[in-house]
Amino acid sequence: MADREDGINRRHALECMIWAGTGVLWTVAGGVPKSMGLLGDAQAAETSASALTFLQISDSHVGFEKPANPNALGTLQEAIDKVGALPSRPSFMIHTGDITHLSRASEFDNADQVIGKAKLDMHYVPGEHDVIDEDRGKAYLDRYGKNAKGAGWYSFDQAGVHFIGLVNVLDLKAGGLGNLGDEQLAWLEDDVRGKSSSTPIVVFAHVPLWLVYDKWGWGTDDGARALGLLKRFGSVTVLNGHIHQIVQKVEGNMTFHTARSTAFPQPEPGAAPSPGPMLVPAEKLRTMLGLSNVTIASGQRPLAIVDSTLAQM
Amino acid sequence: MDAILSRRGVCGLLLTLPLLAPARAEEEAAHIMIDNFVFTPPELNVKTGTKVSWKNEDDIPHTVMGKGGGFRSKPLDTGDEFSYVFAKAGRVDYFCTLHPHMVGSVIVAD
Repeated sequence: MADREDGINRRHALECMIWAGTGVLWTVAGGVPKSMGLLGDAQAAETSASALTFLQISDSHVGFEKPANPNALGTLQEAIDKVGALPSRPSFMIHTGDITHLSRASEFDNADQVIGKAKLDMHYVPGEHDVIDEDRGKAYLDRYGKNAKGAGWYSFDQAGVHFIGLVNVLDLKAGGLGNLGDEQLAWLEDDVRGKSSSTPIVVFAHVPLWLVYDKWGWGTDDGARALGLLKRFGSVTVLNGHIHQIVQKVEGNMTFHTARSTAFPQPEPGAAPSPGPMLVPAEKLRTMLGLSNVTIASGQRPLAIVDSTLAQM
Repeated sequence: MDAILSRRGVCGLLLTLPLLAPARAEEEAAHIMIDNFVFTPPELNVKTGTKVSWKNEDDIPHTVMGKGGGFRSKPLDTGDEFSYVFAKAGRVDYFCTLHPHMVGSVIVAD
């Protein structure tokens, strides 16, 4: 990223976001979000008092025990340990879905127990693995949907930023991709109506809202309709999971970012016969799992995202 | 709905089985493999009354659901199987509700 005279300079921004965990570190600086890339030489950090920092973890797949990672609960625990070791406490954490592998009560219990150790306010959206209980999503909603609408979508405001959690893993159509549906899109339209276009927007959902790779279903059929409703805003950050790797792009005022999984990596689009769990040498696994840290500073400055792996620090 | 009906059908069948059994031909069976996020074969031709079973060989769960409803499996973890008897002639398209880009068809003929 280029240094910005009027904003946090590169070095300072990096320092603000240094940590070594397993998610995406998001720094929202009042305007266009920015990915900071990986940090090699982590140093102590001081976060500006006006900045809002939150974490993103994703795809913990608690219950997964196949060769690609025989202990997904263990690597989730490692990620949460990293959160606890952060020099400054994030305001909250979002989980972009696939908390569990098979929507079993015991998997949700284990995930809650481990994630709860971070002692952070949590904001969840479900992945397709979280809604395969007999009642197709009831187990998830009973736990995490108390303040949500419909299948679990909601919004909240923090530090002047409007956060929107969407659900795109239900009622999927044969041959299709992720799906939001008319009811949710109508709610979204209503949710942002009347909001000033200068309000920074952070929208998160499990499956990428933009088309990453159609052959593997990595996109959302009506994602463009949701993004269309957010087009007028000066800063829109789209955070997703599902694909177990970092993919980013910037398009106008919109920044797109997917987070790593805390459980197992998946291949790059088209790099393997299928998007199934990628088996890597044991010593390499933790370099492919991670989380993200996001900082939003006040004023028209970039939002910064730092992705860190479990192997760092 | 159809699944419930067919379950009732099976119950009814069980009650009358001793009478019907000698007259019935042996049930035909066919298999579809789920591997690398693909149904193989993607198109399967069977005779009416064939019991088709799907087995998941992937390290990720999948499901099998008829496109217009009709049948829906539970999530199939690695090694799990689901089967359904195709009682009517015609083409039945199905897909995985978790990964809907995974599609397949069973073509049933008398």
